Amino acid sequence: MASDKYETVIGLEVHVQLQTESKLFCSSSTQFGAEPNTQTTEVSFGLPGSLPVLNEKALEYGIQIALGINCKIAERLKFDRKHYFYPDLPKAYQISQFDMPLSYEGYLDVTTKDNDSIRVRINRAHLEEDAGKLDHESHSDGSLVDYNRAGIPLLEIVTEPDLKTPEQAYAYLTLLKSTIKYIGVSDCSMEQGSLRCDANISIRPKGQKELGTKTEIKNLNSFKAVARSLQYEIDRQTQVVESGDRVVQETRLWNDAKQKTVTMRSKEEAHDYRFFPEPDLVPFTISREKVEELKKLLPELPQAREHRFVKEFQLSEYDAQVLVSDKKTADYYEVCVNSGADPKKASNWLTTELLGILNARKESLENCKVTPESLSLLLQMMDKQVINGKIAKEILPEMVETGNSPEDIVKDRGMEQVSDTGLLEELAKNIINANPKSVEDFKLGKKNAISFLVGQMMKETKGKANPAIVNQLLQKTLSEM
Amino acid sequence: MEMDINKVALLSRIKLDEEEKVKLQNDLNQILSYVEQLNELDIADVEPTSHVLNLENVYREDKVIQSEAYKEVLKHAPDIHGSYFKVPKVIEGS
Repeated sequence: MASDKYETVIGLEVHVQLQTESKLFCSSSTQFGAEPNTQTTEVSFGLPGSLPVLNEKALEYGIQIALGINCKIAERLKFDRKHYFYPDLPKAYQISQFDMPLSYEGYLDVTTKDNDSIRVRINRAHLEEDAGKLDHESHSDGSLVDYNRAGIPLLEIVTEPDLKTPEQAYAYLTLLKSTIKYIGVSDCSMEQGSLRCDANISIRPKGQKELGTKTEIKNLNSFKAVARSLQYEIDRQTQVVESGDRVVQETRLWNDAKQKTVTMRSKEEAHDYRFFPEPDLVPFTISREKVEELKKLLPELPQAREHRFVKEFQLSEYDAQVLVSDKKTADYYEVCVNSGADPKKASNWLTTELLGILNARKESLENCKVTPESLSLLLQMMDKQVINGKIAKEILPEMVETGNSPEDIVKDRGMEQVSDTGLLEELAKNIINANPKSVEDFKLGKKNAISFLVGQMMKETKGKANPAIVNQLLQKTLSEM
Repeated sequence: MEMDINKVALLSRIKLDEEEKVKLQNDLNQILSYVEQLNELDIADVEPTSHVLNLENVYREDKVIQSEAYKEVLKHAPDIHGSYFKVPKVIEGS
């Protein structure tokens, strides 16, 4: 593929559900999974005489997210009607925001796994109501409509076309999601539809100013799907252009089973949404005092926390990013380090060892029997050479299983590290005598002959020997021979 | 200002025959030119009116109140399945 001839331009639109109790403009419950259409009011259906009234909590949650992604908050905002005919929209218009959005001009600084850093500018974040849900599959002779979701508060967050690779898109979404979860105003569950993402993508020859024709990708059910579909589109569009054709402006659906995008509709007959001010809602003025008040309620956000972790604990940026991406993991980590664990070790043992065990058991840190203090103790026992790393790795699964403290487990199972030089010296002599071939190899300069002897020592002590002392002893004894 | 009756009919999902199109095109154009008189005013320094009432910041509290309206609405639906509305299959774009 001649992909180095082209550069990619990606923009993302994310809809995130604001976790209010009631809907954006009426008092229906927002609870997931209720009987179809039972969580609706006259307002949801737009019945004559009904009037929408803004849920103040939704506005506040929206402002908090907007602040968290460094947006400016509008002094004055209004709502507009966006018109289209489709059965998911009972009123035949969606209440959204057109020219006076809640917030604008934000940004997030993201870093990919390969340490590629970029500032992603955010064009705007505005409030709107969700549409209903259609089920085309269950019946052959019609579609089923459930309006429980219609009117649920959403914040739509639109980036500038600043993203250049699928990896950057993935990193942006990850940081956006963890930022929103830290603020605690959405559970950001893609399965339950509380976070959805559409992507716009085009390619252009390197150096060309004007943008190429873009396609919009929908039906993205995970961040991995976003990254894969973008890569698929880069390859497909490159092929189209290389073969002398034109990319068609259209909406394409990601098919996760087939791992490809397919045409959904062509934009030739572009929608005409006929936006106009929603006459049923009055305009809103947001005082600067209110914005300051909401700003004060924000917790330390993942980006700031990442920087602090790098500074305070001398972690690499990537390690810090992994830790802070989930608030509970980062909280756990801080308690562990504050109770005496070495920061670097705590990071490795938490993200690799403990989370590894928990993932395999399909458990989460939340219900984990190992307290952060207990993990800290295990690491300190290693530092004090009470146990070695190999034994620590043996103990951890038992701690997860039983919740017992590492001290008790080591005592019960007699796993204390053997650092008694006299005892080990004796053992070293025996091992050397029993393995003349390795001694021969060592004398011939085969340095790795010693690893075999170390292994024998560890085997004899059931892994409890202090590896540093064993190494030293063997080196010394062999050199003297 | 001229308006395209075919486009307006399509957007409104209204089927018009040729006779109606001519008549409505005429009517709507007359209405538009009447409204166009407003263009004579200089409104460079006037903020667009988004609402006619001198009111702002009307909120509701985030409180759930169960409504039974859906039962009545379902009764009026041409077709239902359980508590779902059932509509002709329309896949957008097809």
